[in-house]
Amino acid sequence: MSLEVTDLVVEIDGRRVVDGVSFAVPDGARVGLIGESGSGKSLTALAVMGLLPDGATASGSVRWNGREILGMPDRELAGIRGDEIGMVFQEPRTALNPIRTIGRQIAETIRIHERVDRRAARTRAVAEAARVALPDPERIVDRYPHQLSGGQRQRAAIAIALAARPRLLIADEPTTALDVTIQAGVLRLLLSLVESDGMSLVFITHDLAVLAQVATHAVVLAHGRVVESGPLEALLTAPTSPITQGLLRDATATLWRGEEEA
Amino acid sequence: MTALRRLCSSAAGLFGLIVVVLILVTALVSLFWTPFDPRATDVTSRWLPPGWPHLLGTDLTGRDILSLLMAGARTTVLVSAGAGLVATLIGIALGALGALTARWVRETIAVFVDILIAFPVLIIAMLISTVQGGSLWVVVWAVGIGFGVNVARVTRPELRRVQHSDFVVAGRASGLTPAQNLVQHLLPNVAPVFIVQLSWAMATAVLAEAGLSYLGFGASVVDPSWGILLADLQRYIQVHPLSVVWPGLTITVTVLAFNLLGDALRDATDPTLRTGKRSARQGRRGPAPLPEVTA
Repeated sequence: MSLEVTDLVVEIDGRRVVDGVSFAVPDGARVGLIGESGSGKSLTALAVMGLLPDGATASGSVRWNGREILGMPDRELAGIRGDEIGMVFQEPRTALNPIRTIGRQIAETIRIHERVDRRAARTRAVAEAARVALPDPERIVDRYPHQLSGGQRQRAAIAIALAARPRLLIADEPTTALDVTIQAGVLRLLLSLVESDGMSLVFITHDLAVLAQVATHAVVLAHGRVVESGPLEALLTAPTSPITQGLLRDATATLWRGEEEA
Repeated sequence: MTALRRLCSSAAGLFGLIVVVLILVTALVSLFWTPFDPRATDVTSRWLPPGWPHLLGTDLTGRDILSLLMAGARTTVLVSAGAGLVATLIGIALGALGALTARWVRETIAVFVDILIAFPVLIIAMLISTVQGGSLWVVVWAVGIGFGVNVARVTRPELRRVQHSDFVVAGRASGLTPAQNLVQHLLPNVAPVFIVQLSWAMATAVLAEAGLSYLGFGASVVDPSWGILLADLQRYIQVHPLSVVWPGLTITVTVLAFNLLGDALRDATDPTLRTGKRSARQGRRGPAPLPEVTA
């Protein structure tokens, strides 16, 4: 179960916003895509999912288990989304349907990919809610997103993304919109689920300090290009690109500030 | 189930629901039974005041006004349900085509909708009736098309707004096909706006039927219709003012009930409004959004 992205190019109105990005996610690897906003990391993720917004076109190659999924018919791709590749978004406030209960949204992912009746799907949804450590799962599945806290919403979003047990999880800045106090809990949860399911992970962030807790490999992006990539330790100890050095400076600065505040 | 309970918990919603159900029941009952035959004339009992056995009195030809109103409910139900259905189909189809397709298609649809909106329902009714002749179906189609494009114009920008929400992309990321996504995530989220428009269209259908029948494009003189009855009685308003009150009141209450029911339904289907906490979706309660200028 591996993902190989080769020479990915995403163009919007003739502008190359992702320009020849290549990286690989071997089975069980945890790869971080890191870069400042506008570096093309989110678009890379959406291109992998085949969910680019209108007007954006992708070329190059995205291979999942050796199959080319870039340009695959949408119907076929829909069978892979959620079932084999799951995705968690940055903003939990908007990533959940405001007029559907949490349980129904978790059950939806299950019912897309498996033939289960409504009641069985609900039972499964409760189990999934418990797995992401939502409090009182029996009752929280009947709640609406606006009745949950930010951290709970992101846990629910994770439950939705993982309900069909994908082999690869793409997490697009999953902790950025959360309070600092809650970030650590959600990160720990994400890591423990990735490990227990033996999933691969693509983790997108702009914060090297967060990435250091999660990833084994990192790909540094700037202006749609890969500027540096390799094992995380190498990047942290001997960054060659000035952009990585800048990210490292930012990260240590936040760490220092964090210690001062504490 | 809970939505129904929420609907009944508001006085306006309960009133709307009761009136609409009452009209439905009356229309059904009138198929089998009315106090008098609504077409039977009786010269000896013309212009009777309300009393027994003619509870609401009689008209110029001695027909029982209550029986005429009951029989007219059939026409009203037929027209408002038919027009509502046509408006729903046209509204969703044009709204979805205008919001979710390739750019040149949606721009074309938007222009098409704007052109159609310029046509008053009356003109559409006249166009159809030249082909088909006057009948209730003319009213159904004319009001359905006329309000369908209105529904489409309000639904389209709402769909465009919701379409770019993260949860719609998230739904696709969970493996929903575009069609499933439309049914699961997009349409339910535009429902509040849609319901209000639709209830308004159905209420207007009641008025339009009265108006178009009055002008001769709708129900024929022998069909029972509130509009025709009102037109008939209104000519004698200075002599027998009370008799005009009944069809007038019936039409007013029906239109009011449709509107109240629509508003209450909108509130009942929107979970964020239930707890009184509506910061996240406050825009929903505002006036209908203006059509977008750019795609």
